[in-house]
Amino acid sequence: MEGQSIKFGKNFVTTEEFLAQGHTFCTGCGEALALRLACKALGRHVIIANATGCTEVCTSPLPVTSWRVPWIHTLFENTAATASGIEAGLKILMKKGKTPEKNIKCVAVAGDGGTTDIGIQALSGAFERNHDFLYLCFDNEAYMNTGIQRSSATPYGASTTTAPAGKLSIGQTTWKKNLPEIAVAHNIPYVATASPGYPFDLMNKVKKGGDIKGPAYVHIFSPCPTGWRHATDLAIEIGRLAVETGIFPLYEVENGRYKLNIDRPKLKPVEEYLKTQGRFRHLLDEEIEKIQEHVNEEYAKLKAKVACFST
Amino acid sequence: MSERIGLEASHAAAEAARMADVDVIAAYPITPQTHIPERLAEMVANGELDAAYIPVESEHSAMSTCVGAAAVGARTFTATAGPGLEYMHNVLYVASAMRLPVVMTVANRALSAPLSIWGDHSDAMSVRDTGWIQVFCQNSQEAFDMTLWAFRVGEDAGVLLPVMVHLDGFHLTHVTEPVILPEQEEVDKFLPKFHYPFALDPDKPMTLGAFAPPDVYSEAKVAQEVALRKSKAVVIKGFEELGDIFGRYYHPVEPYKTEGAKTLLLTMGSFSETAKTVIDAKKDRGESVGLINLRLWRPFPFKELRQAVKSAEILIVFDRCISFGGPGGPVSSEIRSTLYDEKQRPKVVSFIGGLGGRDMSAKDFEYVIDRGREIAENGSEELYETVGIRGKVTDIRG
Repeated sequence: MEGQSIKFGKNFVTTEEFLAQGHTFCTGCGEALALRLACKALGRHVIIANATGCTEVCTSPLPVTSWRVPWIHTLFENTAATASGIEAGLKILMKKGKTPEKNIKCVAVAGDGGTTDIGIQALSGAFERNHDFLYLCFDNEAYMNTGIQRSSATPYGASTTTAPAGKLSIGQTTWKKNLPEIAVAHNIPYVATASPGYPFDLMNKVKKGGDIKGPAYVHIFSPCPTGWRHATDLAIEIGRLAVETGIFPLYEVENGRYKLNIDRPKLKPVEEYLKTQGRFRHLLDEEIEKIQEHVNEEYAKLKAKVACFST
Repeated sequence: MSERIGLEASHAAAEAARMADVDVIAAYPITPQTHIPERLAEMVANGELDAAYIPVESEHSAMSTCVGAAAVGARTFTATAGPGLEYMHNVLYVASAMRLPVVMTVANRALSAPLSIWGDHSDAMSVRDTGWIQVFCQNSQEAFDMTLWAFRVGEDAGVLLPVMVHLDGFHLTHVTEPVILPEQEEVDKFLPKFHYPFALDPDKPMTLGAFAPPDVYSEAKVAQEVALRKSKAVVIKGFEELGDIFGRYYHPVEPYKTEGAKTLLLTMGSFSETAKTVIDAKKDRGESVGLINLRLWRPFPFKELRQAVKSAEILIVFDRCISFGGPGGPVSSEIRSTLYDEKQRPKVVSFIGGLGGRDMSAKDFEYVIDRGREIAENGSEELYETVGIRGKVTDIRG
């Protein structure tokens, strides 16, 4: 089953699949694509700890599984803690000679709810304790598996089932929680954002995060046709538009040093991104303007951080 | 040669984990459990124990980390108390259902509110149905022995279940008593190396913790139930092996001077030792009394209990927990249910006491036995009586 490497420009990608076909992700799911690419980047020498959520439910209905790498799911809120045990357990067993020495990376996989809401305490603890693990957050910006309920990663103005747009509400009334920045605040060696719209950038970051010693965090933008109400052939395009408008910039923070991976001289207007999705359909010009201002401001802040390290 | 030294029960539990050569300890500090992780952290810091000590940020993560570590085949230990046990409640079910033999000491503590750092069994009773093997300890020696035994039984290839060892908070955890520590060779003879057959390994990929649709879930849960009930054979075998190697024999149900006794008192944990002194005194006065120390709580020892009480006329059950709005203390209600179908059975009388660290003196147990006999003879409108409560309590009725 060993795969070959196929060359795409300057990038090599294995033909081997670690997330097998037969899973039950929705048609056009951005998360499934990103996960598949992430697994290719990581290879076979991993143990995956998966939080409850779309990924878990779509890949592991007993008695079948889509996983060709060792995989464990326990609960929703504790994935970083489960990963802590896997990492520390393997390390001590190898040190004591109870398990043969092998290079195995522990990778935690969770959605935005499992990361930015219910799992944030376990994640913060695992970062602080400096476990050697990679955490991948697949951010589809709401509790999609349970039926599109808002999370703290839901963007301002999006309509969800628990923050619906109505006569008195625009839907989500708070700004998206910035989890990559929270990860950076833990002074971990590697934090990055990625999008399936930029597959090689995504794979390179996941690989880098897997190779780095210590905690690494990659926040992966995961377009969701079901929850965002966009056409099923648009995940890649929306993944790119989010970057091109500055809504979801692609950057890395290596040992505290910021680097913008895609830096466009001029951002596209946010409206181009918002209009692709039914969840923003109700927004009036003034709200779109407010979002534009916020994006401009956040992007400028990010650029300033990048500038700190470019001199 | 084994040595006899003064050891706090908490340190005895830690000593057992050290002699078991535990690989991973993940713990969060909570009174009155603190002396256990503190001692283990000290052992790791001094090189007396080669283990990963993971100072997690919560009890929820303590148990989750243990689950992860056990899933790669590590011998795993943690300790908690009261609210900490409640906080990891969700994960307890995962550990047992995924057949991960984590060992945990519980320094039994009351639950808030009002906040109480002191002991009772509310925490233990709330995790009754989590699928763990559970035992109660009377003294420091047992804290050592039961911890070691917990690894032996839980890790047995025919069991693979987590084990909870209950120590009464403060009343036992903070008491220094003589403990006989065995030689390492004796421990190694008793406790084989841990081999987890389903360890996560890239060379042999497995999916653990997959979700179960309705056509699978029931079968999975019944299989778990059968596994826990079947573990009783290994529970008893473990007690026997422990006795053969260390000379101290334990049993699921431990009768004390019950032969021919008309009235029996049933207690759990460290209070059994106080109750024994009362039995001694009453026996000296010619009263027909005896004590049952219930050691094994899960899997429940139905057969042994029925056997132990079948000749008695009155069985007084002492609980350290209220089952609010329920049929009395959780232990007494289980005992009643255990005996219901028996043709010959004692009358069961229920008492609750020792809540939130309230002491139960010898005098209090004297009262429980005397009053229990009175209730058995004359009846009572109340479902149970709370020992030493101030003010008149009425309307605790079915």
